[in-house]
Amino acid sequence: MDAIRMNHITKTFGTTVALSDVDLKIQAGEVHCLLGENGAGKSTLMNILYGLYHADSGTIEINEVHVEIPTPRMAQSLHIGMVHQHFMLVESMTVLQNIILGSEEGSFAIDYEACRERIEVLERLYHFDFNLDSKVSQLSVGEMQRVEIFKAVYRGADIIILDEPTAVLTPQEVDVLFRILDDMRKQGKTIIFITHKLQETMRLSDRVTVLRSGHFVGTVETKDTSPEALATMMVGHEVDLVTNKGACCPGEPVLEIHDLKIFENSDHTIDLTVRAGEIYGIAGVDGNGQQELERFIVGSERPKDGLVKLNGVDITSCSVSKRKRLGLGIIPSDRHRDAILPGMSLVDNFLLGFQRNGRFSSKGLVRHAELHSYADSMIDAYSIKVSSTEQYISELSGGNQQKLVFSREVGMDPVLLVAAQPVRGLDIGAIDYIHNQLLQLRDRGQAILLISTELSEIMEMSDRIGVLYKGGIVAERKAEEFTKEELGLYMAGGK
Amino acid sequence: MGIRNVPAKAGVGKNWESLWYSLLAIGVSFVLVAFIMLAMGYNPLNAYMALFRGSFGSLYAISLTLCRSVPLIFVGLAVGFALKGGMFNIGGEGQLYIGGFTSAVVALALGNSLPLVFSLPLSILAGMVAGMAWGGAIGLIKAKLQINEVIVAIMLNYIAQLLTSYFVNNHLMKEGSMTPQTETLPAGMQLPTIVANSQLTTSLYIALFMCVVYWFVFRHTVFGYEVKALGNNPSAAGTGGVHTVWTTVLVMAVSGALASMAGIFEVFGTYGRFIDGFSPGIGFTGIAIAFIGQGTPIGIILAAVLFGGLQAGAMQMGLMEGVSAHIDKVIQGLVIIFIATPNFIRYLLHRKGR
Repeated sequence: MDAIRMNHITKTFGTTVALSDVDLKIQAGEVHCLLGENGAGKSTLMNILYGLYHADSGTIEINEVHVEIPTPRMAQSLHIGMVHQHFMLVESMTVLQNIILGSEEGSFAIDYEACRERIEVLERLYHFDFNLDSKVSQLSVGEMQRVEIFKAVYRGADIIILDEPTAVLTPQEVDVLFRILDDMRKQGKTIIFITHKLQETMRLSDRVTVLRSGHFVGTVETKDTSPEALATMMVGHEVDLVTNKGACCPGEPVLEIHDLKIFENSDHTIDLTVRAGEIYGIAGVDGNGQQELERFIVGSERPKDGLVKLNGVDITSCSVSKRKRLGLGIIPSDRHRDAILPGMSLVDNFLLGFQRNGRFSSKGLVRHAELHSYADSMIDAYSIKVSSTEQYISELSGGNQQKLVFSREVGMDPVLLVAAQPVRGLDIGAIDYIHNQLLQLRDRGQAILLISTELSEIMEMSDRIGVLYKGGIVAERKAEEFTKEELGLYMAGGK
Repeated sequence: MGIRNVPAKAGVGKNWESLWYSLLAIGVSFVLVAFIMLAMGYNPLNAYMALFRGSFGSLYAISLTLCRSVPLIFVGLAVGFALKGGMFNIGGEGQLYIGGFTSAVVALALGNSLPLVFSLPLSILAGMVAGMAWGGAIGLIKAKLQINEVIVAIMLNYIAQLLTSYFVNNHLMKEGSMTPQTETLPAGMQLPTIVANSQLTTSLYIALFMCVVYWFVFRHTVFGYEVKALGNNPSAAGTGGVHTVWTTVLVMAVSGALASMAGIFEVFGTYGRFIDGFSPGIGFTGIAIAFIGQGTPIGIILAAVLFGGLQAGAMQMGLMEGVSAHIDKVIQGLVIIFIATPNFIRYLLHRKGR
């Protein structure tokens, strides 16, 4: 029996077609992966199922009964639960309070004991183990996610939607999550798992539905498919999943960081050296100091303690513009916040960061001719898809925006390139492109600091890896000397 | 690169769209006011004819319109400049009082002790520096203490207006005068009129010159680029090496200097003296001018001439047709409302399109 049937779903936002005639059939009691690149429409489809969006056309059947789902409350009464990418928890409240929030026992006062009993029964059934009285703010990310999943179960969900649940987890936490999901499947729950990661899909799911730019590509049995076949379905053409990397021959130190303190209440500090011609990867779970490190290197914030040297020059308390002059190239982790001027033209965006560089301005005046020819040459060299150099950058796709930022920073021959989450939110084609460009730069002697929370990216790209945990580098080795499991342990603060 | 063959400049297209919205807003306001006049028993056609005659019907009418437009151009540029940098300068009123007052005091103090080529620019510059400080203070407080510039600016408006009022009433009042005003400026310091028997002075040329400077700064200078970047995305501007604190202060200082010129040239041009409370809210009208003009110099000039014309023509309309002269305020108000609600206009257009 099909637990869910979504038929001919179409959804548009303004002029963008997010979903076009998409069909989805989910059998009861299966783990079903919804696979696709960013912007393929996975989350939109699930938000329609959960009552957050309304389809322009199409029908939904739950257990073969036609239903309308105008609100999340309706979805909950149809036994559908959803765990969002961003947790919906009240951090100052306890686990117990969070679980019962909105579906409390008792007619007037909350009957905590009754709630607790119900929770404990469910905990035993699904092998959860919470300390119900600890504050959510004290939990790890993995634990918070488990609270979210349990919340859905507590509200009686038989169908649980998880939106990119592994993005925030260490490999070990992913294992725990997968065990829980396996348990829940055995208990007869139906699980829809939104992801863009092929390995997870292969490991976890019974069946896979692939979406590509708002269109239904196909539904396949996991045991009958392969990562390569799925990748082809996702992208629409064959892709090479292996990055070819030559040997690394590092030169002089370019970036030196000594005793840099990220968090005031932590004893950990950062010590690292990035040399010319190598990619130094910073591995770690999000929130362990990646953003602070990025800001200290860029110069938008000054550290309390520590030393940052670029090519032997102490830049710890230099202004951003001085650092740019010394040859710092930066691809910020939050492109929209830190890298682009959305309401300005492509040309103006090429100028950002180099407006006081002698090549593009003299005596306070912008050299438009030089700037335009530079922008044109970069657009050609990096195959950025644009309609005009005068169009707003916000009109470009995320991948093309990132290519522009990348070309801008790389085109001016930086001494050091800091690439923070350089492929976040990009599709496979763009990811592949950026990664290959980074490797080529390194082969030409560029020093690159790669900060990423995607462990596979770090392992694939880096020559050396430092693990960032609670604001300090807790382990550093050559990339090939780490196993994935070891990295995971360091990332979780083990060893 | 086969995709790069669309010739239209996206940015330019958007400006035309904005211009269309502005014109529509003005048109709708006039139509609505026509209905109001009908309801009050006046003939709107005759009233609008009188309005037009009073604002553009004769050389005198045109010079009156332009005379009213000049200070509006300055404050329009002031607000427009701040908006480009992502800031809202509602302090134009205070800046023009402080600027006008300072330059009047300096001019009166210098008297005829210096040759005119020194004393006139010196007085004007003194007023602009005062306006710069008055505006820059807002920027400094915003950048360093993260206090909203709107609140600070409104406070400073009161301080400027009451401070100048105090000095004029208590220390600098012209002897024997019934109204609180300073002595008349030395004869040579009053700007010459362009049209005989009108109040329109050469300050018009200075206003137009500032429009060119404004255009040049944003089109060609690194500073203008950094201001736009700051206004567009302060965080990215900072990551791109723009000194955000310093630029914030500068933006408000420049805006303050531009606004102060409205006051200075009322003093040196239109009135020839500093009069307590001379501004009928020019600084606030500048906000409307900048929005209607979409922050572009041409747009600001057109909007200033529109509002100047309304003010000039409303008197004629009152005299000839008996319609209250305050009807120009109603038209201005409606234009502002429609400009401030572009989504409403877009909605109207959209419906028509369907």
